[in-house]
Amino acid sequence: MSGPVTPRGPRPARTSPARWGLYAFLLITALFFLAPLYVMLVTSLKSMDEIRQGNIVALPVSLTLEPWIKAWSSACTGLNCTGIRVGFFNSVKILVPSVFVSIIIGSLTGYALSFWRVRGATLLFGAMMSVAFIPYQIFIYPLVRVFSFVGLGQSLLTIVIIHTIFGLPTMTLLFRNYFASLPPELFKAARVDGAGFYQIYARIMMPMATPMIIVAIILQVTGIWNDFILGLVFAGRENLPMTVQLNNIVNSTQGERAYNVDMAATMLTALLPLIVYFGSGRWFVRGIAAGAVKG
Amino acid sequence: MSASRFRISSRLSAASALLPAFLVMGVVYIGSTSWTVWMSLTSSRMLPSNAFVGLRQYEILFSNDRWLTSVHNLVVFGLMFVLASLAVGFLLAVAIDQKVRAEDTLRSVFLYPYAMSFVVTGLVWQWLLNPTHGIQKLVRGKPDTVIYCLVIAGVWHAAGLVMAIMLAGLRGIDEDIWKAARVDGLPAWRVYVSIVVPMLGASFATAGVLLSTSVVRLYDLSVSMTNGGPGISSEVPAKFVMDHLFERANIGLATAAATTMLITVVSVVAPYMYWRVRKAGVR
Amino acid sequence: MPLKSQVEIRDVSIRFGPVRVLEQLSLTVAPSEFLVLLGPSGCGKSTLLNAIAGLLDVSDGEIHIGGRNVTWDEPKDRGIAMVFQSYALYPRMSVRKNMSFGLQVAGTPQPEIDRRVGEAAQMLRLTDLLDRKPAALSGGQRQRVAIGRALVRQTGVYLFDEPLSNLDAQLRAELRVEIKRLHARLGATMIYVTHDQIEALTLADRIAVMQGGVIQQLAPPREIYNRPVNRFVAAFVGSPAMNFLPGRLDTAGRPVFVAGDHRIDLEGYAFAGPVPAGPATLGIRPEHVRTGSLAAPASLSARVDMVEPMGADTLVWCRLSDGTPLSLRREADARIQPGDTLPVSFPAEALSLFDDATGARL
Repeated sequence: MSGPVTPRGPRPARTSPARWGLYAFLLITALFFLAPLYVMLVTSLKSMDEIRQGNIVALPVSLTLEPWIKAWSSACTGLNCTGIRVGFFNSVKILVPSVFVSIIIGSLTGYALSFWRVRGATLLFGAMMSVAFIPYQIFIYPLVRVFSFVGLGQSLLTIVIIHTIFGLPTMTLLFRNYFASLPPELFKAARVDGAGFYQIYARIMMPMATPMIIVAIILQVTGIWNDFILGLVFAGRENLPMTVQLNNIVNSTQGERAYNVDMAATMLTALLPLIVYFGSGRWFVRGIAAGAVKG
Repeated sequence: MSASRFRISSRLSAASALLPAFLVMGVVYIGSTSWTVWMSLTSSRMLPSNAFVGLRQYEILFSNDRWLTSVHNLVVFGLMFVLASLAVGFLLAVAIDQKVRAEDTLRSVFLYPYAMSFVVTGLVWQWLLNPTHGIQKLVRGKPDTVIYCLVIAGVWHAAGLVMAIMLAGLRGIDEDIWKAARVDGLPAWRVYVSIVVPMLGASFATAGVLLSTSVVRLYDLSVSMTNGGPGISSEVPAKFVMDHLFERANIGLATAAATTMLITVVSVVAPYMYWRVRKAGVR
Repeated sequence: MPLKSQVEIRDVSIRFGPVRVLEQLSLTVAPSEFLVLLGPSGCGKSTLLNAIAGLLDVSDGEIHIGGRNVTWDEPKDRGIAMVFQSYALYPRMSVRKNMSFGLQVAGTPQPEIDRRVGEAAQMLRLTDLLDRKPAALSGGQRQRVAIGRALVRQTGVYLFDEPLSNLDAQLRAELRVEIKRLHARLGATMIYVTHDQIEALTLADRIAVMQGGVIQQLAPPREIYNRPVNRFVAAFVGSPAMNFLPGRLDTAGRPVFVAGDHRIDLEGYAFAGPVPAGPATLGIRPEHVRTGSLAAPASLSARVDMVEPMGADTLVWCRLSDGTPLSLRREADARIQPGDTLPVSFPAEALSLFDDATGARL
């Protein structure tokens, strides 16, 4: 039944109201999600006068980097007023060894659990997956006691060990699932060739696990950098990570708060994970998929 | 090296490589949990003691105003946060799945908050909702509404994660089902409600469990955004535990609170794990 | 009264960017006809079916169903029903719900729905399975449910997109018969896509053999089988495949096919047009090769390489004196050994000749 026009060829493109509604929804939601980042950035570039007089979403009239400089080098975190750069370097000091060690041990454990028949392996794996959900508060007190008992107390070494411990379930899961998806013939062929446990690990499995290593690095870097509670308890006063310093700067000021400095400090803290996130593209999503879907 | 000796040495290597894991599980997880639970059954206060007092600490705990408030806050927050995050995350996933342009960009926008620390999240939203300068000039002062602020900040942080999980689930749906639905003449919303959502049961469960467990752990966000205030109107159990472990030095009470948190988590996670294992076994 | 609609495809082209899948294709499917679109992967048959269904837009041309121009219509308005390769059943709904959901949403009164579901279930022997979920069904049962879902729509055209490809050989044979019975009973128009030539030969009223987006031959199965219009069709249809002998056509005097030392008389071969001399290929199906006592005088000599007893008959693989391979069929209890020499001849009526340059039938 043709109208005035004989239907021929492709259907005429109808941008229906439903389609407009969809894009509107997405746009509005996107603005909601971007608003905090925008405000954070904008506030950190304003002078305090502007903040007092203007409104929160206005663009800075006179751009200033003062707040950033102050945040970096002269903001007060508790007793010291040396800025958040201390926290930055502390976080780096904590991050690098923690990521490295937790990935090595996690991958080794995942490797051992996937190919080798060790007594209690399945039970161990199941148990590890189950405990991953337990809140840290359960472990805080006993671990504090244990570490002070062995003389480590609050220190850099302590926090690195702590991050390795609490990263173990996720890292093991990641690597074990990945190794389990590789063809078992690979492993058998290596055994037939005479390779031993660590040789197979170092020469064959880890080189093949590059995608998982990338995902693991992303997960650990984000998780450890963003950590607050473990760093607060175990790192010791000289090693407090950036997140803890940040909270001190913002929430422990008496009198009028320097909102622009606060926001600058917040942005500095968020910078590393954001760079990792935006730089990693699809890897980040892969990391979530691999780590979030436990078991 | 003879074959059997070789095998034994490899086995030993494997076992030794698993030593850290066994240690962690045994000492840290099982050991700490047992210790904490034990402490909650003693009369420890500033210093640990081994005097067994049964469930006395729990009696004190559940008549403690601050604790009851924190539990109440958590329940209110938890329900709203989980439901809102699931809803928003699901809607976002459905929206993005409609073959929209700039899909990658949109996904990045919705997911980046998840990459940020809870501390950063809390501080930014604290500023946004500041009574004098922020968007909502009325909210933060009133004790009732402060929980809603936490929920908004929480949803902002977590909806992207839910979206990622839901999107993966949506993409796993056979293309032919959409075709069959189209031939059957089903409108799109009907397909989502009657066919897609039931198929996404596993994704909803995963997202729900992840959200719920992060609810119980809630600490960083509450501390950074409102520090439990005003008063104790945004106090949360995790903060209660930390305060009583350190500043208020009441180990017995703190560990009782921690054990309660543990039981809550287990009661959510255990059925989920069981269901997953059964599903994997049945297939 | 079951409906049966005519399907007309007029000058349809389908392009995805620079890739042209179908170009100016025209085809008419008569009411009640069972048409099979047959071809290898990538030949465009599924694309054409999806376009008829309305799941794909055409870049140019028109599609008419039941006398109506449906080129711009949504699938649900075209009077079609479709069965998919992966069954596409709604996993969380029972069989009954799967079959009735579309009708419910369309507002069909419940008694009518129940009646249709009951009829379809009875036709497909699903009555005992109505309350089960797809996960509790076997592959064959699932496919019958998928067919049932299409049947209740009571449309004039049924579209099948490789519905049997996911089933094992025995199930495939069973369901093939069921589909044929269904067609006989309903008399509806059916368009069926497959890459399996046995399905095509057994089910079709007409077969459209497709390659590279073009219909190579549109004809009833017997004609496709006996008089393939080009080399591609000849090689694609028939199992084991047709034998091909390279050689030359000699048209000085009586037409003769020359292959090496052999001269094969072509008296009685129906040429398609004027006979050109030159390089050509001779094709003959294994069962048409005459051997033993049936072989004509002046026959060729073939040496047996291998013998395959197939149960119902025997497949004999030989070589001609110049090394050209040849396969032929003999009776089940034929006593032939590797190394034997057989006389073989090629009756002209059963031959196919193909031009080497174009592949077309001569």
